[in-house]
Amino acid sequence: MLLQVLLLAVQIKRDSQGRLIRVWTVGAVSPFERAGAHGISHIRDTWKHYFALQNAWRDNEELKRENGALKLQITQLQSKAGEADRLAVLLKFRQTNVDVPMVSARVIGGSADSTSQTIYLDRGERDGIRRNMGVITPDGVVGKVIESYKDTAQVLLLTDKDSGVGAMLVDSRVQKPVGGTGEPLLVMKYISNEDNSVNPGDRIVTSGMDRIFPRDLPVGTIADIKAGSTFKQIRVRPAANLERLEEVFVLLTMKPLEMKKDSPEPNSATPPAGGPSAAAASPASHEKP
Amino acid sequence: MNDAFDIRGSELHIEVHKFRAGAIILATAFALVLQAFLPIYFSKAAILDLPLLIVIYFGLSRRNPSTGLLLGMVIGILQDSLSGPTVPLGLYGIGKTVIGYLASSIGARLDTEHPAARFALTIAFFAVHQGVIALTRRLLLSQPEPWFTMHLGIAALVNAVVAVLLFMLLDRLRKPS
Repeated sequence: MLLQVLLLAVQIKRDSQGRLIRVWTVGAVSPFERAGAHGISHIRDTWKHYFALQNAWRDNEELKRENGALKLQITQLQSKAGEADRLAVLLKFRQTNVDVPMVSARVIGGSADSTSQTIYLDRGERDGIRRNMGVITPDGVVGKVIESYKDTAQVLLLTDKDSGVGAMLVDSRVQKPVGGTGEPLLVMKYISNEDNSVNPGDRIVTSGMDRIFPRDLPVGTIADIKAGSTFKQIRVRPAANLERLEEVFVLLTMKPLEMKKDSPEPNSATPPAGGPSAAAASPASHEKP
Repeated sequence: MNDAFDIRGSELHIEVHKFRAGAIILATAFALVLQAFLPIYFSKAAILDLPLLIVIYFGLSRRNPSTGLLLGMVIGILQDSLSGPTVPLGLYGIGKTVIGYLASSIGARLDTEHPAARFALTIAFFAVHQGVIALTRRLLLSQPEPWFTMHLGIAALVNAVVAVLLFMLLDRLRKPS
């Protein structure tokens, strides 16, 4: 108390205001203050950042979840859009050929062995499907029904080595069978080496002679030609995408049919831009009399 | 003395793995459905023979030749019935019956738990299976079937790789001993 009074007296007496003492005091205390402040600030920052990071982590997780959900949604929408497109094509095809008795079916399974090319459909005898009925898509020929059960049917694809279809070249109208080999490409048989009317890119359609498929359905396009011992080895790319089938049509009659076409063959390499090819594939030539 | 007895005893001991209820039926059904379903969306998946892998696995694990034989027969016939017209009922049945018997007989004599052993055994069984199928096709069905092609070689390798992974999954269906 006395010291403090003395100190006050000194300060009043001089203008130094006890600077030295302040310097010492500040000098002595400030490191602790600094350390304390730094510590508190550090703790505060750590505390704040911890929570902030925790929030960020939580936000991140939430965003990830949201992102995943959105991705899934996009995939589902793309899938639905694809399905809608496919169904629109099927519907258009069905409406174009409204007189042709056919039923749409979904592919639900394939062969359990790798040697045969077959698929299962979700429709069977109940829907009028019988053995040897033709199966098509708007793109072209798929195969024929080889077994019909109550609610399921087994279809032999055109690519199976036991499969075949009566076919015809669009340009030359030469009729020869087209069959499968167990591989993605088909073969056109019995075209002699001397026949020069066949060229890569030529389109092949059904001839209607097998009494399974109506005339002029797209079968495929000639991919390549090689000379064989007697006959040419002609490989044909199928018009229908037989490796990715989801919906098909089963032709519900064994009688010869005439099909209408409102558009050129989608997978064809040579668009019908006039000439005999276009004439053969034109809608007028396929309409019923 | 006791140690020697234990060691001798462990050498003679054949561990037979038991599975949870319905595991074999579920795995078989799943394999058959996948075998028929996958190639529609992934055409390359046709290279797999999942029913064969199931026969091999349960044959090696159960180590009972009569069970292996029966399982192989059932799975083979089911696969036949889901196959195309070039596969008459009994073709895969014969092949998988042979494999079921062989797998369960070999499983009782070899260590079949190691992935490398499983890999090698699957390749061997795949080759035997293909041999039986080719023999049956040639002798009984008069169908031309190659003994070996590059495609089959690749298929054997792919199936062996898948087998190693699949067998690890199927191990989880075992009852804890």
